[in-house]
Amino acid sequence: MTDATLPPATSEPSSAKPAQPKSLYAIDELTRKRNAAEKRFQAYGIGAIGIGLFFLVVLAIAIISEGIPAFTKTIVEVEFTLTQEQYDEAEGQLFKTKAYEQIFIGALQGQLEEKGLDVPFDASTIERIVGKPGGDIRSFFKADESQLGQPVSFELAASSRVDGYINGRVTRENMTDSRFLQKTDLDLVDILVEASIIRSVFNWSFITGADSGVDNPGGAGIGASVIGSFFMMLVVLFLSLPIGVAASIYLEEFAPQNKFTDLIEVNISNLAAVPSIVFGILGLAVFIQFMHLPQSAPLVGGLVLTLMTLPTIIISTRASLKAVPPSIRDAALGVGASKMQAIFHHVLPLAMPGILTGTIIGLAQALGETAPLLLIGMVGFVARGYPDGFVSGFLDPNSAMPAQIYTWAARADYAFYEKAWGGIIVLLIFLLTMNILAIILRRRFERRW
Amino acid sequence: MNEMPNIEQAIKMTDSKISANKVQVYYGDNQAIKDVDIEIQPRSVTAFIGPSGCGKSTFLRTINRMNDTIDICRVEGSIKIDGEDIYDPKVDPVQLRAKVGMVFQKPNPFPKSIYDNIAYGPRIHGLAKNKSELDDIVSSSLQKAGLWEEVKNRLDEPGTGMSGGQQQRLCIARAIAVSPEVILMDEPCSALDPIATAKVEELIDELRENYTIVIVTHSMQQAARVSQRTAFFHLGILVEEGPTQDIFTNPKDKRTQDYITGRFG
Repeated sequence: MTDATLPPATSEPSSAKPAQPKSLYAIDELTRKRNAAEKRFQAYGIGAIGIGLFFLVVLAIAIISEGIPAFTKTIVEVEFTLTQEQYDEAEGQLFKTKAYEQIFIGALQGQLEEKGLDVPFDASTIERIVGKPGGDIRSFFKADESQLGQPVSFELAASSRVDGYINGRVTRENMTDSRFLQKTDLDLVDILVEASIIRSVFNWSFITGADSGVDNPGGAGIGASVIGSFFMMLVVLFLSLPIGVAASIYLEEFAPQNKFTDLIEVNISNLAAVPSIVFGILGLAVFIQFMHLPQSAPLVGGLVLTLMTLPTIIISTRASLKAVPPSIRDAALGVGASKMQAIFHHVLPLAMPGILTGTIIGLAQALGETAPLLLIGMVGFVARGYPDGFVSGFLDPNSAMPAQIYTWAARADYAFYEKAWGGIIVLLIFLLTMNILAIILRRRFERRW
Repeated sequence: MNEMPNIEQAIKMTDSKISANKVQVYYGDNQAIKDVDIEIQPRSVTAFIGPSGCGKSTFLRTINRMNDTIDICRVEGSIKIDGEDIYDPKVDPVQLRAKVGMVFQKPNPFPKSIYDNIAYGPRIHGLAKNKSELDDIVSSSLQKAGLWEEVKNRLDEPGTGMSGGQQQRLCIARAIAVSPEVILMDEPCSALDPIATAKVEELIDELRENYTIVIVTHSMQQAARVSQRTAFFHLGILVEEGPTQDIFTNPKDKRTQDYITGRFG
């Protein structure tokens, strides 16, 4: 009758007369408190999720708005015909590329006049807008003389400052006159934009290309490091999944319970918490200095990341093996299956979704890892020869996406900052693709049962 | 084929199918079973009864060496099936378990189709040469377990989707499919309702014709209904063993009497 937690006032009269039946409509103090606590807790939960979502949205907006310009490039498109005579004349001069530049300027002037715009400009303005176009034009015609006498459309990449002006990064207010660009040049740029000679196009070379030099942000691409990351992920997947799963099966199902296995267990948990830079220096010492594997190679990066991923996979695999009900093992052993048959026929398939989840978390971690790659030199600048030369295999020097992004972010030219954001978009798309693949795989495994 | 007469002789020599002699079972330092001697008759049902924790399940699991899976468990003494010591180093527990099948307390079908549940044992033991032989084993096992009529049109549906009673009979069919000689049942009806229990008991009674059955049960009525012989365990000791009729109507030991009249347990 008396409840210790109830205030004494309500329990007092009960002994005197027969208890009055309690009305269910009257909510007592304690119930009200409990309900309030529950509501409060739910509100905290919704608040926490709301904060999480808010930051996610902010992050997504920031990444997309900052990164999108990396996917466009500004080009200057000029169409002109080079006659055989002009070609011969230019080739006969001492400063050949200068001659071609004059031809280019002439053509540009002609195109503007056609549109009814008569704007005077000089060679130095053009050089500040598209660099020195003479060399490219000369090598184009030298490579294929049959193009002489025919109208050819040249698409030249605008300089990074002009690109920034088109993308809104550089404005008349924030720029200072320099040898890269002067305020007066922008008048010509405006006119060229109006005449559709300067245009913004999708920058395929950012997705497919390799990194460029520090003074050419327009030519920088993440393609090579996407391949590098892909090779590394292959190494990580094919090493850490079988090794990790085999180790967990042994530890979980076969190993005797003693001090030694306890020690191993503790060490695996500790390994999962070791900072990644430690694995980096270990990889440098063991794989490169001791085993003499090539520097900057995806194989070495993959090996280092495998070491890092193994504990994650082992821990999650053991957890999912543990979660398989022991009755399934009994059932298999009861019909005369050997221990290994019981594990491989019954326990492992049931644990598979969990193992795959752990693997994908491990791989995602490895994909975003930068610090160990810096130590084994996977910030390699992959220049010419791509895609045939440098990044064709596991042993060729390459970079990885996060390392590439880091390199860009560390460079002085603000245009690279844009590239870094763009690189992050590519990295996230890569990650998303990987996760979707894992989810599809997991579905397939689950459906088999 | 040449060895057949020898084996038959061996069986004749000892009248019983299973004979246990001074069996001790330890879990680490704790002794769970003390000095158990028992002879189990072939083609009959022997029930183990006793209060919780008396060691009857532990003893049952020593008969097909399921206790091997527990690291700290240790068995001493001898358990012979057809005169062969199953704890002999020459004996492979995997082979033993094909001969001594087991049905567990909670129905534990594999999360696979009904067909695959039954076919798994014959597959790993290579009992069927081809698909049609396997089909025969599956259908005959299900028939023996009295489940055929209920499931013959949905063999490819998951076994886990059936009712509890059906699942338990599926587990019995799975045990039968590897043609064991002995079937151990560890409280097979404790998770079932009375109607499902009645069906399983009926099945056990039919199976007696072909198999030696040992059943652990908490229900004395069940022991009385299905078994020919009953063994009463208490605190790890086999107190009394004899024909079921005698144990229930005329127990020799005071403890047995107290237990079956409900004074403890």
